Amino acid sequence: MEALTWTGSLGAILNPVLMVLVGLLAVAIVAQIVLGFFAPAVTLQSNPDGTLQSRGGALGFFENAVKWLFLAVVALIVAYIVVPLVMPYGSAGIVGEMSKRFLPVWIALIALFAVSIYYKRKLGLYGKLFDSTVGMIGFGLVMFWVFTAIFVGLFDMIATHDYLTQVSGLKNKGPGVPVPDGTAGDIPHYLLGGDNLARDIFSRVVQGSVFVIAIAPLATIFAFMVGITLGLPAGFYGGKLDTVLSFLANLILAFPVILLFYLLVTPEIVLTGIPSYMAAFLFVFPLIFFGVLLNSRYYTQPKKRNLILFPVLGVLGWLYLSVINQPGTVIDFLPAWFDLFDISILVVFVSVVFVNAPTVFRIVRGLTLDLRTRDYVAAAQTRGEGAWYIMLWEILPNARGPLIVDFCLRIGYTTILLGTLGFFGLGLSSESPDWGSTINEGRKLLLIFAHPALPPAIALLSLVLGLNLLADGLREESLKD
Amino acid sequence: MGLFILRRLGVMILTALCLTFIVFWLTNLGPNLEKLAKTQGNARMSDEAVVTWLDNRGYSQPLPIKYGQWLGVLPGYVIEGTDGETRARCQEPGQPMEEISTFCGILQGDWGYSTVFKEDVGEIIATRLGLTGKLMFWVMMVMVPGALIIGVLAGMREGSRTDRSLSTVSIVTTATPEYVSGVVFISVFATATFGMQWFKGTATGAMDDANFENFFLPVITIALYGMGYIARMTRASMTEVMTAQYIRTARLKGVSFPKIVLKHALRNALIAPFTVIMLQFPWLLNGVVIVETLFNYKGFGWVLVQAAGNNDIELLLGVSIVSVFVVLVTQLISDIGYVFLNPRIRIS
Repeated sequence: MEALTWTGSLGAILNPVLMVLVGLLAVAIVAQIVLGFFAPAVTLQSNPDGTLQSRGGALGFFENAVKWLFLAVVALIVAYIVVPLVMPYGSAGIVGEMSKRFLPVWIALIALFAVSIYYKRKLGLYGKLFDSTVGMIGFGLVMFWVFTAIFVGLFDMIATHDYLTQVSGLKNKGPGVPVPDGTAGDIPHYLLGGDNLARDIFSRVVQGSVFVIAIAPLATIFAFMVGITLGLPAGFYGGKLDTVLSFLANLILAFPVILLFYLLVTPEIVLTGIPSYMAAFLFVFPLIFFGVLLNSRYYTQPKKRNLILFPVLGVLGWLYLSVINQPGTVIDFLPAWFDLFDISILVVFVSVVFVNAPTVFRIVRGLTLDLRTRDYVAAAQTRGEGAWYIMLWEILPNARGPLIVDFCLRIGYTTILLGTLGFFGLGLSSESPDWGSTINEGRKLLLIFAHPALPPAIALLSLVLGLNLLADGLREESLKD
Repeated sequence: MGLFILRRLGVMILTALCLTFIVFWLTNLGPNLEKLAKTQGNARMSDEAVVTWLDNRGYSQPLPIKYGQWLGVLPGYVIEGTDGETRARCQEPGQPMEEISTFCGILQGDWGYSTVFKEDVGEIIATRLGLTGKLMFWVMMVMVPGALIIGVLAGMREGSRTDRSLSTVSIVTTATPEYVSGVVFISVFATATFGMQWFKGTATGAMDDANFENFFLPVITIALYGMGYIARMTRASMTEVMTAQYIRTARLKGVSFPKIVLKHALRNALIAPFTVIMLQFPWLLNGVVIVETLFNYKGFGWVLVQAAGNNDIELLLGVSIVSVFVVLVTQLISDIGYVFLNPRIRIS
């Protein structure tokens, strides 16, 4: 087997074209920016016969050039992804083979976008996202990793090799290296090379997406539950409660995050059981939240309330007990048959929730302070609604805009925090394929072999960037109405 | 105003006490002390030996008393050990028993002794903080002007193409944590992979002799992450100012656009970013820890990692005091500065 080149025979045709186009695009962008400071703005001129004519001069020319060159570059990149799908194995190089591996993701993305754009007028805020280019790009990036995680984690599709198998002779070998005959795997190459333990980097990176996509949104949801349950009363009642809670929130926020991680996520602290107690404390908030939410709504109809509230609390309570109950820690009282699952990285999860919750608290508190003086709150008070009903069913839905935007940003921030934990080797085993740990493994030999650390770094960057762009698009669209 | 500052100072001291107590508690938990005894004494100590080792060195006293001694409000312990040797908290090596002082804690300026570096904590922190100060100075020199220029250029014509491209750039930088940009920079500019070996991939040499080649990458890595956020805040503040009445008046009077931006808008637009820049310090501390680890620059962040990784209690406490102090002081400065800079608040 020969080693794969980056673009194979496809690159012989496309690479020179791409080089020329990118060069021209760069020149045009620089020229446009420089001209933008001096030349008058491009305006539309109306002719006497009722037609419009763009009147641009040099700046207008460059603006058009940038637009078309950009479209051409995008078309070319699409070609790099689409053309290899019909080419035989190996002829389209590493890029082509990666594109083939991601085929299920492409199909899912196209289907999702087609359906969403077709029905976008009926889909509320989500549909409006497809009016903003930035939002669509962000959503695309995020969904790319979500689908990758789903296909890797549930269907075992995209990864080419087992992410833990070490193949002798492939240690630190560069991208496209062929594996020895008889090695288990879907394809006879390491697409992105081998790491310092001779494991397939491509498979590790796609496997790492499962970890991030499973943990980051869930941890953010928990942080939001804690922040909302405490922030609403703090903002609504004010007074002593607010002072105490705000002081505690500021206390946690004044802690340098890394110091906190180092103090919480060490084997010695896990031995003392502090993370388990913190989990028991923090994870009770979703129970309180849903309990109060449903009770405040239906307490006037006790029968209906009981019908809804008790099943919900029962399921949540079971989940709660299963999450906090870990064999071998201080909280270990459930019989094994009752314990649904074990989370080996509970301590990571808890510390990420703990770091995020105070910021959410501050945001919710600020929004509540602003919204509690509104007329609909006064109307609800006149109707005789209870305080919790007003907070959860009047104020919270009206604060959803900024909260949704912050939710997207915060998932990105949680991803960064998880990466930080991995980067310092805290709480995660060194074999874990998550991106932070892989970057940490790769950086030790970074000056000699750059290829093991780059793919996880770019993967993490693209996911966080996608979330930030998505948040930006959502903010823009939610401000429009 | 005076009352406001006094109240803020009170809250600040309370916060600092609470935070150091939490750090003290976490580092003095049973398993941590056991690890300390085994690393300092003998790795194969029996459980009883660990207990006597800790007893003899005052680690078994109740937590509040230990905290008081460390703080310097309670007299330091003098314990006659089971091995016949008398140890005192405030004893300098070789000092006779009669001359030692009663109090020795943070308040007396005695920061304790590092078990990992075998040096006084105060000295370690002073030298390392100096190195990090050098790094931070250059980060600020790059980050603040860069962010303000990007923000002002983007915000002066809202919705223009310059605005959109610069906003995208700032989103990209906020989405790139230091350990990602650092790794990318090192692979691109410090290895032979891409043929652009312009900089050094380690900053160890920069501790004594910082130059462009070995110091640029760490500085730009920290600066970029904070830059995007400050730039976006500046842009938001600038767009708000540019829609104000007095800007319209100035334009109607026929003042040229550059003059409006520089003389009328800029001064008011820079109040909000000041607060943001001040509040960036705690985040920069994270960046410092990551970048100093990545580039092997042995400053404050590197000491934090060493102290936390080895459970070096007194060094870790010293480090947390300094970082908590930095965070709280910058918060205080940003609050007071905001009041001073903004005439609307000052007069009312």
